[in-house]
Amino acid sequence: MAEEEKLTIIERLGAVDRRYVFLLIAIAVIIPLVLHYATSIPTSEIVQSLFDKIESLPGGSRILISFDYGPSTVPENQPMANAVTRHALEKSHRIYLMALWPTGSRQSQQLIDEIIKVEFPDKVYGVDWIHLGYKAGNQGLINTLLSDFKGMYTTDMSGKPIDSFPMMKDIRTLRDFDLIIGLGSGFPGTKEWIQFAGDPGDIPVGGGTTAVMAPLLYPYYPKQMVGFMGGLQGAAEYEYALVKKYPKYAKRSRIASTTMGPQVTAHLVIVAFIILGNITYLLERRRKRKYR
Amino acid sequence: MKRTVPLVITFIVGLVLIAAMFIPHWPFTGLDSKFSIFYDVIAVFAFILGGGNLLKVHLSRIQNRRRDWKYSIVTVSGFFLMLGAGLLKIGVPGGWTGDYQADGSLLKYLYDATFQPLQATMFSLLAFFVASASYRAFRAKTKEATILLLAAFVILLRPTPLGYYLTFWLPKPLQFLHIPNLSTWIMSVPNMAGQRAIMIGIALGIVSASLRLILGIERSYLGTEGKD
Repeated sequence: MAEEEKLTIIERLGAVDRRYVFLLIAIAVIIPLVLHYATSIPTSEIVQSLFDKIESLPGGSRILISFDYGPSTVPENQPMANAVTRHALEKSHRIYLMALWPTGSRQSQQLIDEIIKVEFPDKVYGVDWIHLGYKAGNQGLINTLLSDFKGMYTTDMSGKPIDSFPMMKDIRTLRDFDLIIGLGSGFPGTKEWIQFAGDPGDIPVGGGTTAVMAPLLYPYYPKQMVGFMGGLQGAAEYEYALVKKYPKYAKRSRIASTTMGPQVTAHLVIVAFIILGNITYLLERRRKRKYR
Repeated sequence: MKRTVPLVITFIVGLVLIAAMFIPHWPFTGLDSKFSIFYDVIAVFAFILGGGNLLKVHLSRIQNRRRDWKYSIVTVSGFFLMLGAGLLKIGVPGGWTGDYQADGSLLKYLYDATFQPLQATMFSLLAFFVASASYRAFRAKTKEATILLLAAFVILLRPTPLGYYLTFWLPKPLQFLHIPNLSTWIMSVPNMAGQRAIMIGIALGIVSASLRLILGIERSYLGTEGKD
C-alpha cells in the first residue's frame, strides 16, 4: 500500500500539469516586483574592465553607442544603455547614438527622453551628444563607416546636415572614436562591431548583450573586447560599479538591480524544478529497475 | 548565358575582394568599402522586397481562405497601418518637415502602444517555457547530461543570494568552489574553449563555402538547376 502511494506521488510529480509550473513562475516574478525586492551584485572582472575603460578615458573622448536591439530585450539592454550613458556623461565624454537595428533608434530616443534630457539638462545637443539614428546595411554599414562615416551619416536623426554639429567636425571614420559600445541582442550586434570595426580598425570595442548571447562573446575578451555586460546581471554589476564610484547615482541608477529581484527568484524556482524533476526521474528509474 | 554571366561576376568580384584584403595599394584600396556601399544600397531595397513578399504570402492566404487566414488580415492591416502612419507622417507636429517619430505622431503611438508591449510579451513568455522545460527535460540521464546540469546549476545560482550563502564558508584553499568563482571559471574556461572551437569551425566552413561560390561549384544561389 505504502509502495503504491509512493508510486502515485512520484508519478504525479513527474507528470505535473505545466500550468502549475507557469503559475509558480508568475508568482516568483510578480511578488518581488510588487515588494520592490532589489539585489546588488558585486561587479565581475569583465564588467569592471568596461567600467574602467570609460573611467580612464580623458574628458571629451568620443564614445559611439550602438542600439542593436528592439523592445523585446529592453529589460536587459536598456539598463545597460542607461548606466553607460550616465557614466560617460558624468565623465564629460561626447556620446554618439546610432543603431544597426530599425527598432534601435526608438530605444536611443527613450534613453534621450529618460536619462539625457532629465539628468543631464546642461549637456548640449551637437556638442556633448548627438542622435544619428538607424541606417540599413548591418555589417556592411560598419564596414563603410570604417572608411567613410559621413558618407553614410549625412544628417542627424532630425535631418540636419551632419557638419552643422561641432562634435561631428573631426569625425571622418570609425577610427576617430575612442570607444565603441555595441548594445545588442542578436545579429548584427556586438560581435559584428568587433569583427568589422574593432579588429580591422584597431578601435576599442565594448558591449552588452542579452544573457543568452553572453557566452558567445567570451572568446573575444580581453584582447578583442575591452569588457562587456552579460544580460541584466551585467547591467546590475555596472550599476554597482557606477554607484560605488559615484554614490550620487545610488537612488537613480538602480533599474537593473531592482529588476534583478524577480530574475533571482525565477532562477531559484527553476533550480527547484530541476531538482524536483531529477528526484522524480531517479526514483522512477530505481523503481523500474526493482520491478524488472 | 543566364547562368554564365552571374558565375563570372561572382568569380571576378570574389577574387578582387580577396586580393584587396592583402594588397593595400591602388587600385585595390577602398574597393572593400565601395562594395560595402553597394551592399548598403541593396540592403535598403531588401525592405521593399521584404514588404512585397509579406503581402504576397498573406494576400494569397486570405484569397484562398487557407488555414488561419484571419490572422493574415491582422498582419496585412498592421503592415499598412504602420507604413501609412510613418510615410504620411500622420499626427507629426510640424507636418511634413517634422520628425516621423516625434511625440504626438501616430507612428510613435502605435509603436509604444502595440509593437513594444507585443514584442515584450512574446519574449517574456520564454521564462515560462524555460521553467517548464527545465522541469521535464533537464534530467541527469547520462554523464554528459549530468555535467551540463551541474554547470547550469552553478550559472543559475550565481546571481542569487543562495548561490553566495551555500558556499561562502568554504576555506581559502577551496574558494575556487565558491559558486560565484566557479561560475566565472565555467564561463571563461570551458565555455570559452567550446565557443572558440565552434567559431573556428564556422570560420573554416565560411571559407569553404566562399571558395565553392567563387569557383562556381556552389550554384544554388542562381535558382533551380537548368540549362543556359
